[in-house]
Amino acid sequence: MNTTTRPRTATVPATPPLLRVAAARTTLELKGFFREKGAVVFSFLLPIGLLAVFAVAFADGEIFTEDSPGVDFVQYFTPGMAAAGIMMVSFQTLAIGIAAERDDRTLKRLRGTPMPPVAYFLGKIGMVLVTAAAQLALLLGVAVLAFGVELPSDATKWLTFAWVFVLGTAAGTTLGIAYSSVPKSAKSADSLVVGPLLVLLFVSGVFFVFNDLPEWLQTVASVFPVKWLAQGMRSALLSDEMEAMEVSGSWEHGATALILTAWIVLGLILAARTFRWMRRDDG
Amino acid sequence: MNTTNAAISLRGLRKTYAGTPAVDGVDLDIDHGEVFALLGPNGAGKTTTVEILEGFRRRDGGEVSVLGTDPATADRTWQARIGIVLQNTGGHDELTVDEVIRHFAGYYPAARDADEVIHAVGLEDKRSTRVRHLSGGQRRRLDVALGILGRPELLFLDEPTTGFDPEARREFWDLIASLADDGTTILLTTHYLDEAEHLADRVGVIAGGRIVAVDAPARLGGREQDTAVVGWVDRGSRQEMATAEPARFIAGLSARFGGEVPGLTVSRPSLEDTYLRLIGASTRHDGPTEHLEHA
Repeated sequence: MNTTTRPRTATVPATPPLLRVAAARTTLELKGFFREKGAVVFSFLLPIGLLAVFAVAFADGEIFTEDSPGVDFVQYFTPGMAAAGIMMVSFQTLAIGIAAERDDRTLKRLRGTPMPPVAYFLGKIGMVLVTAAAQLALLLGVAVLAFGVELPSDATKWLTFAWVFVLGTAAGTTLGIAYSSVPKSAKSADSLVVGPLLVLLFVSGVFFVFNDLPEWLQTVASVFPVKWLAQGMRSALLSDEMEAMEVSGSWEHGATALILTAWIVLGLILAARTFRWMRRDDG
Repeated sequence: MNTTNAAISLRGLRKTYAGTPAVDGVDLDIDHGEVFALLGPNGAGKTTTVEILEGFRRRDGGEVSVLGTDPATADRTWQARIGIVLQNTGGHDELTVDEVIRHFAGYYPAARDADEVIHAVGLEDKRSTRVRHLSGGQRRRLDVALGILGRPELLFLDEPTTGFDPEARREFWDLIASLADDGTTILLTTHYLDEAEHLADRVGVIAGGRIVAVDAPARLGGREQDTAVVGWVDRGSRQEMATAEPARFIAGLSARFGGEVPGLTVSRPSLEDTYLRLIGASTRHDGPTEHLEHA
C-alpha cells in the first residue's frame, strides 16, 4: 500500500490576512449588487423614485400650515426617504441576499474554503456602507438640485446625521442578517422580507406624517427601529423649528440612540444564534 | 495498515438522524495519493459520511482523522489543504468566470495560477462570461476549478460529472488523473460505475450506513473469481455458457468448430452487476438505484 506523503516545505504558508479577504469580499459584493438590476431598482433607486413621485404629485404642497411655521412637502419627506433607503439597502438587501446565498449553497461552498467567516460579514457590512452612502448622496443631491430641498448648514446637524446614519445602518444590517434565516427558500424571501418592511415603513411615518397615525399605531411603531431612524433623520435634515411638530414635541435624541442601539444588539444576538451556512434540509 | 500515514482514517463512524442511523459504524482508511470512489444508493449514508469528513456535519460517534486532524475542530490552515466540490451549488450569477476564480484564489495561502486553472477545466472561451450564462456542464467545471484552486492535498468530489456530455467527462477524467499523478488524494462519489472503474484505485460500497465492500474495481466483491460467461453463435443462434474454466471450455469449442469459434465472447460480471448484487440486500427494487440502467 502506498504510504508516501507529499513533500512539504518546512513552513506552511500563512493564510491571507483577514482584512485583505474582507476588502475582496466587499468588492465582490458590490459588483454583484450593482450588476443585478432588480436589487438596484428596488432597494437603491426606489427611495429616490418615490421622492420624485411625491414631489411631482404634491408640487407646492405644504404641511402643518395651520400650526405654522409650515414646511415644504418634499423637504419634510426627504428624511423619511433617507430612512427608507437605509433600511432597503441594509435590512432588505441582506435578508433577501443571504437567504438566496443559503438556498443556492453559496454559503456552504464558502464554508468549505479557508475564507475566515468574519470576512463574509465584513464584506456584507462594507457593501451596505458603500451602497447606503452612495444612495444618500444621490437622494440628497436629487432633492436639492431637482426639488429645491434645503440642506442644513451647521455642523451639529451633520453630526446628528452621521450618528443616526451609522446606528440605523448597523441596526438594519444586524437585523437583516438575522432575518435571512426566516425565509425557507430564495423564492419566498422577496415577499417575506419586502412585505413586513413596507408595513413597517408605513406605520413608522416614512411615507406620510407620523402624527396623522392613530395613537395606538404610533405606540406600536415606537417599538421598532424605523420610526426612530426616520425621526433622527428629520432632526438632522429639518430646521429645529420643526421639533415642536414631533408627537412628543422633541427630537428625543437620547431615546433614538438607545432604541437603535438596543436593536443592533438584539440583531447581533439573533444573528449569532440563528445564522447557518447550510440549508435546513442540508442537515 | 499504517493509519498514521492515511489521508483519511475512520473508526466506527456513527451519525443518527431522529433516531435512525444514517451512518452505522463505518471503518475506512484512504492513503495519501489514492483515488478512492465511494459508491452507494441515495440514502445509504454516502453524503453524510463525506460531509462529516469535509467538516460540514458533526458525528455522533467514532474516530475521524482527515489529514491528521479531526474535521470537527479543524481551522483555516486545514481548510486550505482540502478542496471541496459540492453538488448543486449555484451563486455568483452576475460575476464572470475570471472574477469568481480570481476572487476565490485570494482565500488560499498558495493558490494555483488562475489562468492555469481556467485552462485545466477548459473554460478559456468563457472566462469573460457571467456565471448566469454558463451551461450546466460549464458551471460544473467552474465548481471543479474552485475546488482545485488552492492546490489541495485532498480533494472531495461529489458526483462531479453529472450533466456532462461524454466528451466533457473524458476531459474531466484526464484532469482528475493528472491531479492524482501530482499526488493529490481524491475521494470521489459517483453514480457512474464506469467513472469509478476508470478513475479509482479502490472503490468502497456503502449500503444501509455500512461499508459492505472495499477493493480495487477489478476485484470488488470477488469479481475476478466470478464465473465467466462464454458466448458463441451455433447454427445462427446465440449460445451462452457460464463456467469457472473458460479457457478449457473455449478450447473444447474450438476443437468442435475446427478452429475459430463464431461470435466468441468471454465476459465477467461488470462492476455494475457486482455493485447491484452488493447493495441488493439493502435496497428495494423501486428504490434509489433506478437511475442505473441495468441491462
